[in-house]
Formats: sequence, structure tokens, C-alpha cells
Amino acid sequence: MSLQSIDTPLNAPSLTGLAQRAGQALRSGLSRYGLLLGFLALWQVGSTTGWINATVFPPLDLIAVALWQALISGALLDDIAISLQRSGLAFAAAVGLGIPLGLFMGQIRAVEQALDPILQFFRQTSALALYPVFILLLGLGEASKVFVIFWATLFPVLLATIGGVKEVDRKLIEMARTYGADRKTVFLRVVLPASVPSIFVGLRLSATTALLLLIAAEMIGANKGLGFQVMNAQYNFQIPLMFAAIFLLALLGLAANYALVSLQNRLCRWAVAN
Amino acid sequence: MRDLSKSFSLNGQRLEVLRGLNLSVKGGEALAIVGPSGCGKTTLLRVLAGLEQPDRGEVRIDGAPVQGIGSQRAVIFQEPRLLPWLTVLQNVAFGLEVRGLDRDGAQDKARHYIRLVGLAGFEDAYPRQLSGGMAQRVGIARALTVQPEILLLDEPLGALDAMTKLTMQEELARIWREEGVTMILVTHDLEEAIHLADRVLVLAKENAAPPRLIDVDLPRPRDRSAPDFVAMRRRLMAEFGLH
Repeated sequence: MSLQSIDTPLNAPSLTGLAQRAGQALRSGLSRYGLLLGFLALWQVGSTTGWINATVFPPLDLIAVALWQALISGALLDDIAISLQRSGLAFAAAVGLGIPLGLFMGQIRAVEQALDPILQFFRQTSALALYPVFILLLGLGEASKVFVIFWATLFPVLLATIGGVKEVDRKLIEMARTYGADRKTVFLRVVLPASVPSIFVGLRLSATTALLLLIAAEMIGANKGLGFQVMNAQYNFQIPLMFAAIFLLALLGLAANYALVSLQNRLCRWAVAN
Repeated sequence: MRDLSKSFSLNGQRLEVLRGLNLSVKGGEALAIVGPSGCGKTTLLRVLAGLEQPDRGEVRIDGAPVQGIGSQRAVIFQEPRLLPWLTVLQNVAFGLEVRGLDRDGAQDKARHYIRLVGLAGFEDAYPRQLSGGMAQRVGIARALTVQPEILLLDEPLGALDAMTKLTMQEELARIWREEGVTMILVTHDLEEAIHLADRVLVLAKENAAPPRLIDVDLPRPRDRSAPDFVAMRRRLMAEFGLH
């Protein structure tokens, strides 16, 4: 008896509290993802009832089945692996070259002024327009694909890094100097941490570019990869499979962005508003 | 300071901001430098700090000429100039760490000066979480932590609101008394100069008049509304043609 009378008042508020919290989460989830869910629902309903052409836009359940089957049979796994390898290699190379070069160029004015015109010229030349040149130079194999992605991916991270270094507050550098900091200390303790936010802006742009160029490169001259599968499924009129590959690409992009944003939040906790 | 001159070129015109200035400051003294905008008071302080080279003349500390930045001087700027990615504690310890002290030793000393400026409990806050006055106090603590013999202050309270400014002036007077440092303070606030300084150096714009030194012979702690204080303020204002 006594136990029950203690239990009930304890349970009741926590239950209503739980319900309240669930309701809040639902509301915030709805306001954020409501439109996306509505769009998907409209697609599904429109496709099954025939408002939109079901051969071009097959119902979502068919796409889901196609995706599931392709993943289980392992048909798409190879493509995912090779696509990840190509874009990952190119992205890593671009970051590995872009950030150190950007830090160097941002520090030394003469180098930046000498290299800036040629960088702007290269940047404005579409990487895809240069793809045939890369194929001539590197052949039709992996090297030319990775290189064309690398080429396009390099510029966002490089330019963002240069910009970040150049915009470091001179007053902070002067402050560090009054405490006797040498060039190396100023760089490690002031310039580098101050540049991190803009480097991340560049990284996120570069990651998006890497996936974009990946698809284009695979559509032009590949026999494997997600980009190739999109094209190939369309040729063979496997429209659900085509959409499955497209969704996979979108997920890949979202995952890359999410990973970078969480890394940025970890590294730049000081800049996050509380 | 001996025969100090510094000029700038502005639009092809030569601007002499400091000409043949001679001055000697005793250890433990508080000197205020006042003057209208563009009279060279900040330039003078930057030369003293070693951030700029004089065109002529030299600065000597204990008889030895000054070359660039030295560990016996610390500068407090008009802005706090905190590193936004470091906590209050890390910011205050920054100066010592740059000078080669290990992290733990630097942070132990930093804690002491954070208490001294009245910010105990805020060690782990980030600069963006602080008010203007608190941030400036962190800047002051950072300069004190390296235990300089000479503290150079460039309008340190210029950007603060009137109330905070009054409190901070009291704090500066207390810190100067407790730490026994030599303090050279650039300000455009005459009351601040009288409140804090033993002597006031009055610079005139573009050498319209020679620089003048005025002794502030008032008992400490100083009372802003005491008759002597008010008389001194009137005298300083008269120097600038204000009545």
C-alpha cells in the first residue's frame, strides 16, 4: 500500500514529463524535416496513383527494394568501395597539399602575390574541361580520375586556408610578439588556431566538390563506381536502381558533411555560441 | 628616454610627432601621458614597448639601450587582445608559456593574478563569454603574470563604459600599489591621469608647445572630489585651453 502511494506520484510526473519531451522532440523534428517528409510522401503517392510518370519516378518502395537487393547481392558494394577510394584519395591529397601550401602562402606575401594570378587562372578553368588533358597525360585508368577530382578539390581548401591566414587579427600577432614570441610560436599559437574555422569552410566545400567531380568522372570514363551505375542503370532502363545509386550518393555527401561539421564543433568549441 | 624623435610620412607630408623628447622615469613611478589625438602619445608608448623604432634618440632602461621587445616590459592595449580559442586561465598563462615556462608553472602563476584582478571562478570561461570590463581585466592579468618591471598601458580603459572605468581605475591603483611596478599610462582622460599618476606628461599637437611635466602631489588613495584633486584637474584642463 505504502509503496504504491509513493510510486504513483513519482511515476506520474516523469511520465507526463516524458510525454512532454517526446512532444517537443516531435515538434522540432517536424519543423526541421517536415517539408522533406512531405516531399517524399508526395512522390510516393503521386507515383502509385499515376499523377506523375511512374516509369521515370518509380514509387519509393520499389527504389528501396532495388537498393536493398543491390546491397545484399553485393552488386553495389564494389561500386561504393571504388567510389569512396577515388574521392577519398583525391580529397586526402588535396587536403594534404592545400592546407600546408595555404598556410605557407598566407604567411608570405611575396609568394602569395606571385602565385595568386596562376591559381585564379587554374581555378577558373573547369576541371572537367581539363579531364581530356589528364586522360592524355595519365591514361584512362584510376590515375586520371583521381587527379581530376584532386584538381577541383584542391582550390576550395587552398583558397580558404590562404584567406584564413591573411585575415588573422594583426593585433593578436602583435600582442604575442610583445611577450617575445618568435615566428614559429606566433604561427603555432596564433595564426594556426585562428585559421581553423575558415579552413573548415574550405574542407566542406572541397568535400562537396570531390563528390561532384567523382560522379562526373565516373560517368565519362569508368566501368565501376556509383556514377557509372547511375548512367548504366539508365541505359538498361533499371530506373529504381538508378535512383538507388542517386540516393546513395546523396547519403555519402550528407555523411561527409556531417563528419566534417562534428569535427569542426570539436575543434572550435570556443567559437560555438552557448 | 633621451632626445627621442619620431616622424611619419602622411600623404607625402612629413609629420613630426615626437621631437627631441627627454624624460627619465624612476623605478616604481606612475607616469601618465596625456594629449590630444595625433600628438604622438601612443607612438611614444609603442617606441617604449619596442614595437617601433625611433628615428633618432634612444630609450635606455637601467642605463642599457633598448633593442626591440624585452622581457622587463609588458604592454596592455586598448583592446583586451585575448585569444578567443583559449580559456581565461590559458590566456593569462599565455605570456609565460611563450617565454618558455612549462604549462603547469605558468597556470599556477596565472591563477594568482586572475584572483588579483578579481576574476576567480572564471578561469575556464572563454573570452566571448566575458563582458568588456572582464576581458580587459584578463588582459591586465596576462601582463602582470610575466612580472614586468615596467607596465606600459595604452588607453587601457578607453573602450569601457563610465561605471566600469571608475572601478577599473581603482583596481589599477591598487594593483600598482601592491605590485610595485613602474607604470607608464597613455590616456586621454585627465581625471584618470590625476587619479593614477605621480607625474603627468602633457604632449601638445604637432609640437605647438614643448611637452610639459606636471607633478601630481596628492595623497593616496586619491579622492576625486577632494578640493586638491579638483584644482589639479582644472590646472590640467587649462593646459589644453579648456576651462
